[in-house]
Amino acid sequence: MNRPKPAFGLLLAVAASLAVAGCTSESGKTPADTSGSASTKTPGRLTGAGATFPYPIYSKWFSDYAAKTGVKINYQSIGSGGGIRQLSEETVDFGASDAPMNDTELAAAKGGPILHFPTVLGAVVVTYNIPGLSAPLRLTSAILADIFAGRVTKWNASAVATLNPGVQLPNSDILVVHRTDGSGTTFIFTSYLAATSPAWKAGPGAGKEVAWPVGLGGKGNEGVAGQVKQTPGAIGYIELAYANQNKLPYAAIQNSTGAFVVPTIASVTAAAASIADTLSASSDYRVSVANAAGKDAYPISSMTWLLVYKNQRDSVKGKELVDFLRWSYETGYESAAALDYAPLPAKLRERLIARLGMISLGGA
Amino acid sequence: MSTDASPPLVPGQAAPPTESGDLSRSIASSGAGDRVYTGLTTFFALCIPLLLAFLALEIGRAAWPAFSRFGLGFITSSEWNVPAGRFGAAPAIFGTIVSSVIALVLATPLAIGVAIFLSEFAPPWLQQPVAFLVDLLAAIPSVVYGLWGIFVLIPLLRDPVIPFLRDTLHLGATPFFAGPAYGPSMLAAGVILAIMSLPYISAVSREVLRAVPRSQREAALALGATRWEMIWDAVLPNARSGIIGGVILGLGRALGETMAVTMVIGNRAEISASLLAPGYTMASLIANEFSEATSDLHLSALMAVGGVLFVITIVVNGIARWLVWTVERGAAG
Repeated sequence: MNRPKPAFGLLLAVAASLAVAGCTSESGKTPADTSGSASTKTPGRLTGAGATFPYPIYSKWFSDYAAKTGVKINYQSIGSGGGIRQLSEETVDFGASDAPMNDTELAAAKGGPILHFPTVLGAVVVTYNIPGLSAPLRLTSAILADIFAGRVTKWNASAVATLNPGVQLPNSDILVVHRTDGSGTTFIFTSYLAATSPAWKAGPGAGKEVAWPVGLGGKGNEGVAGQVKQTPGAIGYIELAYANQNKLPYAAIQNSTGAFVVPTIASVTAAAASIADTLSASSDYRVSVANAAGKDAYPISSMTWLLVYKNQRDSVKGKELVDFLRWSYETGYESAAALDYAPLPAKLRERLIARLGMISLGGA
Repeated sequence: MSTDASPPLVPGQAAPPTESGDLSRSIASSGAGDRVYTGLTTFFALCIPLLLAFLALEIGRAAWPAFSRFGLGFITSSEWNVPAGRFGAAPAIFGTIVSSVIALVLATPLAIGVAIFLSEFAPPWLQQPVAFLVDLLAAIPSVVYGLWGIFVLIPLLRDPVIPFLRDTLHLGATPFFAGPAYGPSMLAAGVILAIMSLPYISAVSREVLRAVPRSQREAALALGATRWEMIWDAVLPNARSGIIGGVILGLGRALGETMAVTMVIGNRAEISASLLAPGYTMASLIANEFSEATSDLHLSALMAVGGVLFVITIVVNGIARWLVWTVERGAAG
């Protein structure tokens, strides 16, 4: 029984040295050159982690940017929560989240103040399965809140019927399908309901996962979409990109001006255009574009953010990060629409480029 | 899980020759190489309990804030409300246990039937292919089971199966089959789990049945027993403890299964008597919420769910050991 001790010690030592080697080789990648032209002479490497929703556009950006400048950005789409945690622990150079960090989370970050940089816009659409319906269903926030809270349970309820004159609505039960995994999609949708319906705000509230009063839970966009597709009478919410790629029907939603708006890249960008005037370079960008003003604005829209420390301790990495963000606002945004993300409006992008100056580089 | 089932695999045959103690001692003292070998294997053997203890310690530490905040209410409360910061895991605990029990009720008779057929009745040319196919069920990734569940099983349940159970068998009047049937449900999860745990139960049972000495069968036949009586009275009693071990292995599989269940159970944190209502399991709850959990209490609550699942698994395995032990003693006495 005493014999295993030396072997145990040896193995521990091997494991420890491996771990140390792993760490040093990571941080050892930092180029010593601090003159600033890191991108051309010694291509750097940035690591980030966070939201899964913008992963397709981020990975396109990172690969385009690497091809252009040689700066490799390694992004792990582990979810917004994980991204915030890893940034707080300073294990990654930047985080990404679909929901802005709250004040408690900001206070807990080890590397000081964190700036939110919106990158693209996403939208959540309401999809449904009503056999024989061709035109998009028209819905308002009040009806949506009632349906998802279980107060309206039949498709031919008068509240739905009056919004959709001339549409033959079935006398069938409404089956609510919601996301069961914590997700930015749920955050966007419930934030919208909470912003427009006092009853929803007091009841389930807004969050990445809420206690749904009724309905079935599906895992991921595909879980919700699959459930809705298979069940006549079902209604659910999914990302616009997923709905477009899978050719799912979605509803036109009444916005704050009373117009019924179908989600498109343009109508989602329009949602952000209305708030651009209220923001300056130094504003807090943790803003919601849910139910935004503007007659073309699609109301269930939201920005997604990159999270960056205000004081970049490593000036080289800090500069690379700023350069990348500037590139994304000047050039990268052009590729967003092809991947079903809405680019930020031009005015907002200009403000954000000015905002990059707030990042201070290097304590060294 | 799988390590637990190996002892009951060959009941009554595990006893090594009595002089092996002396033998191993003489081997151990015969050279430095042997000493190193003994040390190394002892170390490997100790790694597992150490790892388990470390796991328990870490889960306990991470789960402590939730347990101390909610106390027993964590296990008895049905409210899982993330924005409000109130966590009660009762529906998930209920769902884990009920879906696993459904799985065992469906899988055990089927698996034992398969095992009896393969070890007693099947002609040699059929034995190998059927055994291979049954074992193959264990090799299918669980996400594939989940997809199959969504696209094949649930539509099947919705159309012929549930109306048959309700109207033809008149089970609709019982609370177990009441309420609207959407498809994703405790029943769907139970059926998927039954299919997934079947190969484990059947493979173990098959080996155990094969291990029953030929002389037992011959003796029974010689006493004038029919083939069926021979299996029922001579073979099965001998294999009892091993079969229970196999069932427990299947139960372990069912308790911990995550992906396939998440895809078909409906993920609704509610306790309902109806098997057609959606439910939730502990493993699904953790898998669904862990990646986006930001608040410390939420993370701790998820860890606490993991801790409860851990304890339930240990208790189930403890009961299984005890069952195997009493059965073996009963058989010997």
